[in-house]
Amino acid sequence: MSRNSPTRRSPLLALYAALVFAFIYLPILVLILYSFNRDGVGGFPPRQLTLDWYTQLFADTPIWDSVVNSLLVASGAVTLSLILGLLAALALDRASFPGKALFRRLVLLPLILPGIITGLSLEMLAVFAGMQLSLFTVFLGHGTALISVATTEIFAGLQKIDRRQEEASLDLGATPWQTFWQITLPNLKISLIAAGLLIFTLSMDEIAVTFFLTGRDNTLPLEIWGRLRRGITPEINAISTIIFAVSVALIIIWYRIRLRSVGTEAQQLLDRP
Amino acid sequence: MGEHAPLLELRAVAKHFGARDVLKNVLLNIASGEFLTLLGESGSGKTTLLRLIAGFEQPTAGEIWMSGERLDVLPPYKRRVNTVFQNYALFPHLSVRDNVAYGLRVQGAPKNEIPGRVAEALSMVKMTAFTAARPSRLSGGQQQRVALARALVNRPQLLLLDEPLSALDANLRKEMQSELKALQREIGITFLFVTHDQEEAMALSDRIALLRDGSLEQVASPRDIYARPATAYTAQFIGQTNLLRSEIRGSIATCGVLRWPVEDADGPAVFSLRPEAIRLSPEGKRQTNEVKFRGSIRQQIYGGASELLEVDCGAGQLLRVRLPACGPLNGERDFVFSIADAIPVTD
Amino acid sequence: MYSRTYKTLVSTPPLLWVGLFLLLPYALMFAHSFWAVQDGVLVHHWNLANYQKLFAKSLYAEVLFRTMRIAVSVMLCSLLLGYPLAYYLSFRSGARKKLLYQLVIVPLWVSYLVRGYAWKTILGSEGVLNGFLQYFHITHEPVSFLLYSPFAVVLVLSHIYTPFVFLPIYASLEHIPRPLVEASQDLGAGSISTFFRVILPLSMPGLLAGATFAFVLSLGDFLAPLLVGGSSGTMIANIVQTLFGATYDWPLGAAISVCILLITLSLLFLTERLERRWSFK
Repeated sequence: MSRNSPTRRSPLLALYAALVFAFIYLPILVLILYSFNRDGVGGFPPRQLTLDWYTQLFADTPIWDSVVNSLLVASGAVTLSLILGLLAALALDRASFPGKALFRRLVLLPLILPGIITGLSLEMLAVFAGMQLSLFTVFLGHGTALISVATTEIFAGLQKIDRRQEEASLDLGATPWQTFWQITLPNLKISLIAAGLLIFTLSMDEIAVTFFLTGRDNTLPLEIWGRLRRGITPEINAISTIIFAVSVALIIIWYRIRLRSVGTEAQQLLDRP
Repeated sequence: MGEHAPLLELRAVAKHFGARDVLKNVLLNIASGEFLTLLGESGSGKTTLLRLIAGFEQPTAGEIWMSGERLDVLPPYKRRVNTVFQNYALFPHLSVRDNVAYGLRVQGAPKNEIPGRVAEALSMVKMTAFTAARPSRLSGGQQQRVALARALVNRPQLLLLDEPLSALDANLRKEMQSELKALQREIGITFLFVTHDQEEAMALSDRIALLRDGSLEQVASPRDIYARPATAYTAQFIGQTNLLRSEIRGSIATCGVLRWPVEDADGPAVFSLRPEAIRLSPEGKRQTNEVKFRGSIRQQIYGGASELLEVDCGAGQLLRVRLPACGPLNGERDFVFSIADAIPVTD
Repeated sequence: MYSRTYKTLVSTPPLLWVGLFLLLPYALMFAHSFWAVQDGVLVHHWNLANYQKLFAKSLYAEVLFRTMRIAVSVMLCSLLLGYPLAYYLSFRSGARKKLLYQLVIVPLWVSYLVRGYAWKTILGSEGVLNGFLQYFHITHEPVSFLLYSPFAVVLVLSHIYTPFVFLPIYASLEHIPRPLVEASQDLGAGSISTFFRVILPLSMPGLLAGATFAFVLSLGDFLAPLLVGGSSGTMIANIVQTLFGATYDWPLGAAISVCILLITLSLLFLTERLERRWSFK
């Protein structure tokens, strides 16, 4: 505490920050509130509170089918992205080969490109390869789009590993293969879990790329999207509230895990005289 | 020094962070033009005191006055005080010239004056050749000079230096010490220097203020503080010493095998005896104002110009003795010291 | 320290994947833009007609410019909202910093669709905002421009991207060593002066990254217009989407996509150059 200047009061700035927070949170809170509103999504104020919409939601089979589809795709995407992301991160960290700079940019590109570009280009690939659009193509699309996330997280994790641990392992007689499994991978555990959680959440929510790669089976976002085209019902508020609650839980877990991995560093920084 | 009103007055300044009392009731006056060092271990409060004067913290009690006006109510950018930070804190996005000119620009100095004053400051610290360079290209020592120039160009009434030499290696450090001392003599600005290195403090200062656990242990010139430490802590912190914990009875102080006459009242007493005050005893009787004892040499550490011996006087009583370089010694020898060199200190 | 086998083993799968699923699709898209559609069938007839159509027909240019205006507006709004928030959190929030940071990230990962939908229910003529205004007698009739307009699109996209813009700016601000701020004050600069002379320049990399992100993603967005844009809020990506859907004209759609891709890539290139010039480490 004595190392930092005491924070000065800035009431105007604090007020502005509060307004920005309100802007960010208000729509979500309205959404949640109205999921309990008997009269549906419009009007003000909400008059009668009810759980009807939730009951209706739980009886709605197509929605839950789409949830299952989303879970399948997300699990697949997590696995694929983590494996390829791990390899890509290792390659970027340790190997040098011609075109490495281009490779790095390409891997990171889907992060910044609008989803429509990634989605369309992959659809063209599918057609070119004569593949039917289905959950499988959706899975491939998510994997491609999200490998960047995995690579970034794992690469950051690799940077934090003390290189000498691996050298010590080799010095003590372990082969590179053994070193990888016994030393490198356990050190990356936190990065992998954090990346996995993030990819899972992003995949469950993914809509832009999915839009162009989907066949007959819908993922959850696409199912919701379809309903929206037909008309607004508070049932959508209900499922949205549930999505919100689950996302919040996952992201808090993700943050805590990440904090644990940077915790020791931050602590070292604070302890410097 | 002393006839004129002091430049800076710390009046009963105290600071606590939550439950921790970092500074307790500090009273200190700093004279204009003097080089005063705040010396202490880490955690003694010396950096906090510096930050209070700079304006980055507020005292929880007491007042700070400078040139007859209240200082602690002013924000840092209104104080005629400048700081040389421990890690220099040079602005990475500005060149050396723009770093040094920063204070002048921000305070609205006349535009045509600025280049001249910047050049003058840079030549004072011998960094003229690096005027257009970026801080990231400079070594630690060079950055430190630029930080100095950046502070001095504003002609502050008081310059605060927060352990500026601690990041430099030993040789560079010695070089910078003498340059700093010469610079201060030349420009006459009051320097308040913080360090934990007592050798550095003694080399640079007009006066040393020794801080211990947030209180001033002793404030004196280097020679005074070394020759006449007030407390056991001071005697041990500055230089090395033997602390003789003695018992006085009937005007005789006894510490282990050592006995000598004193004029103090009966009771326990502590004396500080510097290792260099003990000499090898020549043959013959001791003088009346000397204490003689015999001891066996347990350890001898060669230090180039001197030797440091650990001498066992019997019954486990160990004394440190510093002799001029004399080649390896062993066995039992006679040692002697003057009674006047046993300085009474409070515990 | 790493053998050739090790390095080859780790590099090959990702390289293959990138080649197959990134390079090849882009190449395909590029190729498609030079083909044509005849009688509802794709023909591999190499020509520049699609690009000519783009630059000739005013409809496409008009929508493209509208899209760019919207993207710029979103970028500016997100910056105006996100930067002060990041500054407040980094420099003025004291003990609450960690908690507030978590509060900012949370909405980031809540479904885009959910948030867009929420605004739809708020902004409509029967929506919550109009109900609110009428309930408190601020207006007597529903305000109609709120929904199905470019305004609504900018609103929704700013809402989505403000946290995205916040993140890199916050990271940049956190990287500024606090002694630099103290040094600036020590030399006589007040808060505002310190902000413009020290903090803002040093936060440029983060600011650039955030701004680029908001602009590029808004440029290619097609969901917000579908939700809240109406006919006046259609953006270029919607046109592409229709060309790949109902109006079967893949080559033209590919041509527009290539343009979007090129605009994005040049912007990224430009930003990277600027970032390198402005990062002072």
